[in-house]
Amino acid sequence: MSTTAHTELIRGAAEGGPADSAGPRERFTAPSLARLTKVELRKAADTRAGRWLLISAVLIAAVVAVARALSGDVADRTFAGSLELTMLPLGILLPVIGILLVTSEWSQRTALTTFSLVPHRDRVAGSKILAALVLGLAAAVISVAMAAVGNIVGIVATEADGSWSMSASTLGQALLGQELNLLMGVGFGLLLMSPALAIVVFFALPTVFTILGSMISSLEKTFEWIDPNSAFDPLTDGSMHGDDWAKLLVCSLLWVGLPLAAGLWRLMRREVK
Amino acid sequence: MSPGSGAVTLDGVINVENLSKRYGVHAAVSDVSFRCEPGTVTGFLGPNGAGKSTTMRMICGLTPPSSGTSTVVGVPYRDLPNPGREIGVLLDASAQHAGRTGREVLGLAAQVLGVPPVRVQEMLEHVGLSGAAARRRVGDYSLGMRQRLGLAHALIGDPRVLILDEPANGLDPEGIFWMRGVLRDFADRGGTVLLSSHLLREVEAVADRLVVISGGKIVADGTKDELLSNAGILVRATDRTALLRALAEAGLPSTTTTDGAQLVEGDAEEIGRAALTAGVVLTELRPAETAGLEEMFLSLTAGEHGANAQEVAA
Repeated sequence: MSTTAHTELIRGAAEGGPADSAGPRERFTAPSLARLTKVELRKAADTRAGRWLLISAVLIAAVVAVARALSGDVADRTFAGSLELTMLPLGILLPVIGILLVTSEWSQRTALTTFSLVPHRDRVAGSKILAALVLGLAAAVISVAMAAVGNIVGIVATEADGSWSMSASTLGQALLGQELNLLMGVGFGLLLMSPALAIVVFFALPTVFTILGSMISSLEKTFEWIDPNSAFDPLTDGSMHGDDWAKLLVCSLLWVGLPLAAGLWRLMRREVK
Repeated sequence: MSPGSGAVTLDGVINVENLSKRYGVHAAVSDVSFRCEPGTVTGFLGPNGAGKSTTMRMICGLTPPSSGTSTVVGVPYRDLPNPGREIGVLLDASAQHAGRTGREVLGLAAQVLGVPPVRVQEMLEHVGLSGAAARRRVGDYSLGMRQRLGLAHALIGDPRVLILDEPANGLDPEGIFWMRGVLRDFADRGGTVLLSSHLLREVEAVADRLVVISGGKIVADGTKDELLSNAGILVRATDRTALLRALAEAGLPSTTTTDGAQLVEGDAEEIGRAALTAGVVLTELRPAETAGLEEMFLSLTAGEHGANAQEVAA
């Protein structure tokens, strides 16, 4: 049977009685990417460990926001300052969530059932990436909400500046930073397929790069283009300018694109046991 | 319940053709071919490490074969858009997230497959895991409970084919009896079942067809009846010497069993006619059946590394 004929059958299949045994019977359509993404989001929150990871991310953001409102230089107690801080813990927790999203299939051996139900592994990977992006967006919304709460607490309880001013560009950059960080986690998880290994490498490797870059002065110029810490850093306070964007693009390809592509390649070939 | 009574189709529901899997120099599965027909239970039998699980993973698209092909309901597994609606798979009951509840495991499957959530409760009741057990985390389940959950997971999409790897492992005798009933019923309604086991006793009560694998090679493949008759005919006569002479004259090879009967290679009619011609009075003439099958299974799988595995093709 040709591929086209096969697809036609899937699309044009009627929900009737079983076809005769000699003929093909593709009466069932593949689950949509949206449905698979919902399943992945559900999987991220349906275990005790996963649930508490998400809850603690929110709680830490809340604590940081309120602490910020009640301490530090009064002039710095603004919405923008608060948001920068609430994003900080999420920048550490979100990649871990992203890593667990892909690696727990191997550590908990659920890959066997996951890929039995959805043999198109690229679709599973795609839905995991989409789920990670949704989680990143949700985290950003929560950060904004917590920063707002913190700012209100600051205005009410102290003589905080309490300025609400923030440009869309700053907000956009912060969101982009979170999403890239999260995708980098997913990429490392896809590639390394082990939670512990992926988490260690995710945090250690960029740091090693930063240290190397600062130690070897002759390579300083080169490392500006390949060190993810220095490339992603301006996103956190919205200070991207000049060739920062070019550096971000290079680093994103190297640290996000490459692990994702290599991880996908490995996933498509790996024997699932 | 004998297979082949319905219309003979060109292709079985599960078709395995010349599947091989090598890991380096080690051949885990060598040139394995068999098919499973609708309305039958096929027992995939072999000692541990014979290549049963590897073969099943290759059928389900989880292990890339070194060579050969397999199809389920006419297409390679990986080309099925929503395989869980057509094929229920249980390859390892322990391969579930320890932190999820039994109900949640089925809930996720129902969502992926697009079946109504009410199927979750139905399946939990069907396998006897409703109530408090459904709310417990799978990590706290016994192996038997995991097998029940695994069967519920395989059945939730209302498939026509079941592929089960050692589903009776960890089940108590009552559980094994229950599972047999479920599988027999599934096949009697036109479904196709492929189940593996390393214990002959476990599958012979439910299987219509047996595929025996040893050292990665198929060593026997046929209906249970064929394999049982291949196991020989047990004969006794009032005059053993006369019987031996009659058998020898008819060219029927035989061996004497420990309790003094003759185990004859041949069919009952031939033996009966030989006895009639020689005027020997038979006191027993019956297929050796279970005893013979067990003996065959042991002998077929004894040469573990397949040096002189012989084909007993159907």
